[in-house]
Amino acid sequence: MASSTLTIKDLHVAVEGKEILKGVNLEVKTGEFHAIMGPNGTGKSTLSAAIMGHPKYEVTKGTVTLDGQDVLEMEVDERARAGLFLAMQYPSEISGVTNADFLRTAINSRRGEGNEIPLMPFIKKLDQTMQLLEMDVNMGQRYVNEGFSGGEKKRNEILQLMMLEPKIAILDEIDSGLDIDALKVVAKGINSMRNENFGCIIITHYQRLLNYITPDYVHVMMQGRIVKSGGPELALRLEAEGYDWIKKELGIEDETEDEEVGQEA
Amino acid sequence: MTIDVQNPFDQKYVESFSAGRSEPEWLKTFRLNAYERISQLELPKPDKTKIDKWNFTRFTEHVSEKAPAGGIEQLPEKVKSLIDLENAKNLYVQYDQQPIYASLSKELADQGVIFTDILTAVKEHGDLVKKYFMTEAVKADDHRLTAFHAALFNGGAFLYIPKNVQVEEPVQAVYIHDENAPLINHVLVVADDNSSVTYVENYISLREASDGIVNIVSEVIANTNAKIVYGAVETLAKGVTAYVNRRGVAGKDASIQWALGLMNDGNTVSENVTLLVGDGSYGDTKTVVVGRGEQTQNFTTKVIHFGKASEGFILQHGVVKDKSSVVFNGIGKIEHGASKSNAQQESRVLMLSEKARGDANPILLIDEDDVLAGHAASVGRVDPIQLYYMMSRGIPKAEAERLIIHGFLAPVVNQLPIEGVKKQLIEVIERKVK
Repeated sequence: MASSTLTIKDLHVAVEGKEILKGVNLEVKTGEFHAIMGPNGTGKSTLSAAIMGHPKYEVTKGTVTLDGQDVLEMEVDERARAGLFLAMQYPSEISGVTNADFLRTAINSRRGEGNEIPLMPFIKKLDQTMQLLEMDVNMGQRYVNEGFSGGEKKRNEILQLMMLEPKIAILDEIDSGLDIDALKVVAKGINSMRNENFGCIIITHYQRLLNYITPDYVHVMMQGRIVKSGGPELALRLEAEGYDWIKKELGIEDETEDEEVGQEA
Repeated sequence: MTIDVQNPFDQKYVESFSAGRSEPEWLKTFRLNAYERISQLELPKPDKTKIDKWNFTRFTEHVSEKAPAGGIEQLPEKVKSLIDLENAKNLYVQYDQQPIYASLSKELADQGVIFTDILTAVKEHGDLVKKYFMTEAVKADDHRLTAFHAALFNGGAFLYIPKNVQVEEPVQAVYIHDENAPLINHVLVVADDNSSVTYVENYISLREASDGIVNIVSEVIANTNAKIVYGAVETLAKGVTAYVNRRGVAGKDASIQWALGLMNDGNTVSENVTLLVGDGSYGDTKTVVVGRGEQTQNFTTKVIHFGKASEGFILQHGVVKDKSSVVFNGIGKIEHGASKSNAQQESRVLMLSEKARGDANPILLIDEDDVLAGHAASVGRVDPIQLYYMMSRGIPKAEAERLIIHGFLAPVVNQLPIEGVKKQLIEVIERKVK
């Protein structure tokens, strides 16, 4: 498979008229793991929602392209079929639709009519993946996310990621609310995806997740922009010293700790 | 007030129609008495739907003479797909007003089970039919449409299960509506003491009608400790105005379970009533509905508790598309004296388009202290965030909506007590929501 590149240029995004992203630039290639860190309310989740096409997020300026194709012109499902994936912080529940049916429909939507995945290979892959994620076998027959615990929902997002095999995935705070054992399992799943055909943006508050998934690049987001980029050592320094030194270095004074806009979405 | 039934169908017509079918005297008198009442009685008043402009009673031909050449084998594929001809031992098929197929296994016949068209039943089992025909469940005097039904019914079936007989295999009836003549169908199911039966019926149109009429009355009698499971799948076409009244009477410790897939494409008023007369009786109605196009549909499900410790459950889910509207009225009524009774109901409507309209009205009427009662109702639209989530996995919008609809109806469909009905319904829903 040829390598793919997601290119974000000067991206400005508003939610209900309020500008949250103020010019984000980022390039992610398959084979690369990028971490985006930063305090609450700086636009990390807004970036992921805007790339995927959440209906509440309005791109006011800038471009997002995948291998030169204009992502912003695509419908949400077209973006997914082009190779993007978003593991959501608050996944929806779909009553009456089993996890297995949902996954199979999603896979077949990608493969197209006449090229549907046969049932047996699908079941085999689902079983293997659920086993790797230490999920109960009954999860396949439960309704999508309905009555799932927080940890089960996160695992379920990673299950979908692994089953759908996108080119570029964005993981929006996949570590929030996970205990250490669950975190290890989720990290194991993500690491198993690491190859030259898969790239990943990991959005997180905490260095903790990065103890288990080593990023190639670390970016710091503040006030709607990426203000600093580096290697894994940047995450370690943030863990040890917090964000104040960056603020000082860049002359940022009033970084808020407000709840991130649009998190509920 | 003018008489709704057009001139050719006057009192004389009713008399000669009854005579022409060699009906017994009591039935002719019954018809004539009912005929007089048509113009005196009002239309029923289903809550929240105005039906005074609907045509329930005007028609130009009362009985169609056309029968399909070659009988049951020559029926269109969509009818044959409902029937498992090789294994269906207990089957009745009616083409417009004419019986074209009837079978009953020897084993059941030997035990005294009766399953035949209503006219034959009237002639051969007159006393039995007379005892239950519009006497306990539905009355000719209820309103104009029941009087109209009593005077002019022109088809239907009779199923009788004698005391202590358990019928294991489902008994099936298929009613086909083709020509312009109205289908005024009477179904009478009687399960005597300690017996049990599962009855499944299909109403199917062969083509769209310009001004079709279907008037259905089903009376379902479960005597002491009898158990009736009653399944129905209706797929009447656009242009057919349907009045449907299914009413059950449950005696002591008797049980009536309804599984109704109401998938008509025309305007429909549908009532389902269970009278829990005996102590310890049980009634359960599960209904799934899909509205599409410009049709208006009103569904009233009512359980009335007279017996002590009687239990009544209503579960109805409906999906509304396009410019159609669906009203669910759920009524649980506990009469004075029906202590320790339990009345529960849940009605949910999902609207798929801006112009679709849905309504769910839960009503509890309770005249007794020592009871349990509960209701849940909701009317909502497809959640855009849920759609976004599904689409973010690559599922196109239409497919995502299809999944949401199936998911919404699944809690009812999955609980339908008859496998065959469940399967048919899933297919009908699939076609209707496309």
